[in-house]
Amino acid sequence: MSTTAQEAPPGADEALQAEFDARIAANQRVEPRDWMPEAYRKTLIRQVSQHAHSEIIGMQPEGDWIASAPSLRRKAILLAKVQDEAGHGLYLYAAAETLGVDRADLTERLIEGRQKYSSIFNYPALSYADVGVIGWLVDGAAICNQVPLCRTSFGPYARAMVRICKEESFHQRQGYELLMRMMAGTEGQRAMVQEAVDRWWWPSLMMLGPPDADSPNTRRSLAWGIKIDTNDDLRQKFIDMTVPQADKLGVTLPDPELAWNDERGHYDFGEPDWDEFKQVIAGNGPKNAERVERRRAAHDNGAWVREAATAYADKHRSAREVAA
Amino acid sequence: MSGDNIFTGLTEEHDGDARWAFGTGFTEALAGVDTTLPVGVDGQDLALYCQMLGDDSLVQAQRLVHWVTDAPELEEEVALANIALDLLGQARLLLARAGQADGTGRDEDAFAYHRGPDEFRNVHLAEAPRGDFARCVATLLVLSTWRLALFTRLADGKDPVLSAIAAKGVNEVAYHREYAVSWALRLGDGTEYSHERMARAVTDVWPLTGELFATHPVEAALADQGVAVDPATVREEVHQVLDQVLTAATLEAPGPFPTAEVAGREGRHTDELTPLLTELQRVAREHPEATW
Repeated sequence: MSTTAQEAPPGADEALQAEFDARIAANQRVEPRDWMPEAYRKTLIRQVSQHAHSEIIGMQPEGDWIASAPSLRRKAILLAKVQDEAGHGLYLYAAAETLGVDRADLTERLIEGRQKYSSIFNYPALSYADVGVIGWLVDGAAICNQVPLCRTSFGPYARAMVRICKEESFHQRQGYELLMRMMAGTEGQRAMVQEAVDRWWWPSLMMLGPPDADSPNTRRSLAWGIKIDTNDDLRQKFIDMTVPQADKLGVTLPDPELAWNDERGHYDFGEPDWDEFKQVIAGNGPKNAERVERRRAAHDNGAWVREAATAYADKHRSAREVAA
Repeated sequence: MSGDNIFTGLTEEHDGDARWAFGTGFTEALAGVDTTLPVGVDGQDLALYCQMLGDDSLVQAQRLVHWVTDAPELEEEVALANIALDLLGQARLLLARAGQADGTGRDEDAFAYHRGPDEFRNVHLAEAPRGDFARCVATLLVLSTWRLALFTRLADGKDPVLSAIAAKGVNEVAYHREYAVSWALRLGDGTEYSHERMARAVTDVWPLTGELFATHPVEAALADQGVAVDPATVREEVHQVLDQVLTAATLEAPGPFPTAEVAGREGRHTDELTPLLTELQRVAREHPEATW
């Protein structure tokens, strides 16, 4: 980084901080070479890398269904979607690297369990309807979280999010289209969809984060323009948008308290099971250990391949240097 | 995207054919191609030939998809997914052509999901076990070099549909070969350990190469009419390419291709194919009345 607090002459900190604050206040982007408070950098490294890890771990629940997709068209759609998620992971790791961290190090943090990823991916995908419901609800909640991030204060993250949101939106439509098709199919297919909706509804609401009262980082992230909306606001927005889609689809959302409130102009809804949320975050979800283990195995089994690529590049680099 | 609310599109009315989920601006791969059978060509033969090429692609794609969450780097997961998508696309067009040619009107899914192992016509190398990354590279190197030689000739063939599929496939398969070559070089000429593993993978794959050049009577008959390619005619070219790549990768070429009889092309397979198809066909067969 060109200027850090450590290198700056005495008294310069305040000036740099003031410049940074003014930039945030004016809704301008912070770029990698700009001075930024260390806590801002750390918060972003954590958020962007956890987001990248979520994309990579998120490939697994649906990825398991590629081999058994029930038509070749569905197989192609799902394969392309999971491939997009690997691409999202790559852009996000690249954005994180502009903050001075290394992708290899972030991968280590993931497979050693030192960094988290979205807890939603610790739930299993049990039937092919889950592929549609993950697209509709999980990608839907992700879009709710992520569209505002296209305006987040850190430039590389915001730009990565623009492309990611377009692709996520496409995935959501594909998921919803699968569910529409299944609901127009057999009784058995309709039951599969409803059963998957019952399992994914509450975890999807939890994806938008803990209640504002229990979210210690929210206030600071809002002040820095890293976050744009609070978790509770996003949750309300997600529910308000999703209920009409559930109606059109013909499924019942598993919340008896869900009802339109004319006075508020929003849907009222029940409280998610936050104890379950804490359990899954703490690593006790149904699939936590398996997801990380699988990534670790892929990484470890591929070590010799990465070493070979490095050795080959070094060999041919020195050969070129000799020739020059 | 309209502001913060990209959800609204979901509940809008559409024309009901559900294609909106793919967005717009895509063209059909075979738009404008004449689908009538060339004069004098036996439809049953052409259908069988399409299944041979289509099954090679489908079965190889099915093997590759397991790398998508299990590769040494994210970049390789993206690349292998891409290759599997290309192969899947080729299989879909070829199997659809088989259903047109044999007069049954069966669609791609009827062929993929509702045939048994002895009705599949792929070569054994496509169904061979996934193995390690070196094995993946060796298999891809051999199959893509062979397929590129076939498709290059097939692009000039007399069936307009097969010719269009091959012409589209040439660019795809050329990339598959380039990818496999780049990794054969890195592994062969990387570390001592990777050299050993790549050498072993080539040795393991080699006994399966002979079948690629064995000519089935249907291939021979259609080749005489200029519709198909007799695989025996690409033997030398494929060997030359592989020899060049392996030499550059500091690996020993394992000698000439073995001589082999037609096997997979006649529906005779190894024990590997049945479990592969069980996984592929499981959900579709559990719900025979369903629409997806």
